[in-house]
Amino acid sequence: MRKFKEFIIEKLILICGIASIFFVVLIFLFLLKEGLAVFNIVSPFQFLFGKSWYPISEPPQLGILPLILGSLLVTLGAAIISIPIGVGCAIYIAEVALLKIKEILKAGIALLADIPSVVLGFIGMVTLVPLVKNIFNLPTGLTALSGSIMLAFMAMPTIVSIAEDALYSVPKNYKEGAFALGATHWQTIYRVILPAASSGILAAIMLGIGRVIGETMAVMMITGNAAVMPQSILVPVRTLTATIAAEMGEAVVGGEHYFALFAIGIVLFIISFAINVTADLFLHKRQ
Amino acid sequence: MAKILTEKLNLWYGDFHALKDVNANFEPNRITAIIGPSGCGKSTMLRVFNRMNDLIENVKTDGKVLVDGINILDLDADLVKLRKEVGMVFQRPNPFPLSIYENIVFGERVHSENIKKDRLDEIVEMSLKSVLLWDELKDRLKEPALRLSLEQKQRLCIARLIAVKSDVLLMDEPCSTLDPQATAKIEELMRELKNNYTIIIVTHNMQQAARVSDDTGFMLLGELVEFGRTQDIFTAPRDKRTEDYITGRYG
Repeated sequence: MRKFKEFIIEKLILICGIASIFFVVLIFLFLLKEGLAVFNIVSPFQFLFGKSWYPISEPPQLGILPLILGSLLVTLGAAIISIPIGVGCAIYIAEVALLKIKEILKAGIALLADIPSVVLGFIGMVTLVPLVKNIFNLPTGLTALSGSIMLAFMAMPTIVSIAEDALYSVPKNYKEGAFALGATHWQTIYRVILPAASSGILAAIMLGIGRVIGETMAVMMITGNAAVMPQSILVPVRTLTATIAAEMGEAVVGGEHYFALFAIGIVLFIISFAINVTADLFLHKRQ
Repeated sequence: MAKILTEKLNLWYGDFHALKDVNANFEPNRITAIIGPSGCGKSTMLRVFNRMNDLIENVKTDGKVLVDGINILDLDADLVKLRKEVGMVFQRPNPFPLSIYENIVFGERVHSENIKKDRLDEIVEMSLKSVLLWDELKDRLKEPALRLSLEQKQRLCIARLIAVKSDVLLMDEPCSTLDPQATAKIEELMRELKNNYTIIIVTHNMQQAARVSDDTGFMLLGELVEFGRTQDIFTAPRDKRTEDYITGRYG
């Protein structure tokens, strides 16, 4: 009887394990099946590098370069803002802050991670967007820059917490060795601790960027959603994610537009996958 | 004249009284061994001499520690200068995760304002020669230091101190992670370095103290029980507790 019970439980766990892989494969196959169909209409080159996205004109123009550039621009901006602040914050928490301040900061950053992106988007819409509009004297504040700033807030918790872990895991005797040679605290940090933690910090940055590139709700609310080739960061742009979210509802199932949106999904998937693999490589290098 | 002199040195970790009225006199160009059972305060004392205990919270010291006649326990003591002069070799070799070259010039990069490449090359050669690693490593200077053997790493850590022109070497059980052969080599190096340095070594290993040191101090429960010529301590200890320890009755 007992043996039978063991057998059943073991098989149940096995099924759970297989199910998770099965679903991933299923999703992936579905994505491929629906997405690759678009290449019956346009060539991959035209799709990736075409400069106009007019999916419902006749005939449809399905070039996603403006969307890719929109995503990259917003992500790049968010990275430029969040990496220095995030890594700086991690250094402060791990190396400088007193215990009490450290705890307050860590709680604050955890809280930042808990804010739903739609709420951040909403706050950005009513505060940041008018601010950007007034400062730069623009016709609209719904710009790539606004999106970058808001997304930087979302990348920060990931970057800070993972970079902080990396800094903590630097052996204490490196620090002692540097101090014993007469190095100051800051010299110790940038000459010894930062290089020793560099792969972990790079992984933190990659994961932060991964979070940004997949983000949908907030960017849709504050980047203006104009699917045109962006000329600067002070114009409205549309990202890959926002395009899918905004248009999927009105696309005819089985139509060209529908297939194109799935193909965008494949592109996004490949980008996220590449970023996560890179982050993973850095993390494993550390161990 | 004494290189390092302690007068009524007391130290507390919170409520724990770790060093009790220690009076000792470390002379230049000699090797002084500090022996005693675990937890007797020997490492703690060593870490007072370059103020490494500052890294630990809740440590209180009083009394005097004079290095070249200057009280280093003063609040306004120049720690950078102190640590440059009083170098420390740790129990676990701790080269930085940088190249061999960068490990040795670390001190120079940290301490000097304008850095010249020739000067750095000179320092590397001179320091590696003093620890007898030059011939082994001269073609591998760009390799990561973490790839060296434990003994080589420990020598590199000593080279790093020679490069900043320390005059005191504090060694905290420098051979405890090494095999007997490597230990013998490090001891040989110590004898060689003693002509130019004041060396203080904390060790668990009484044979080692007897082999390399000129003076020996025996510590027990935070007290410096006996301090004198190594020969006298090991052959004719004056204190009963010293005798019990070196004859292996406890420890």
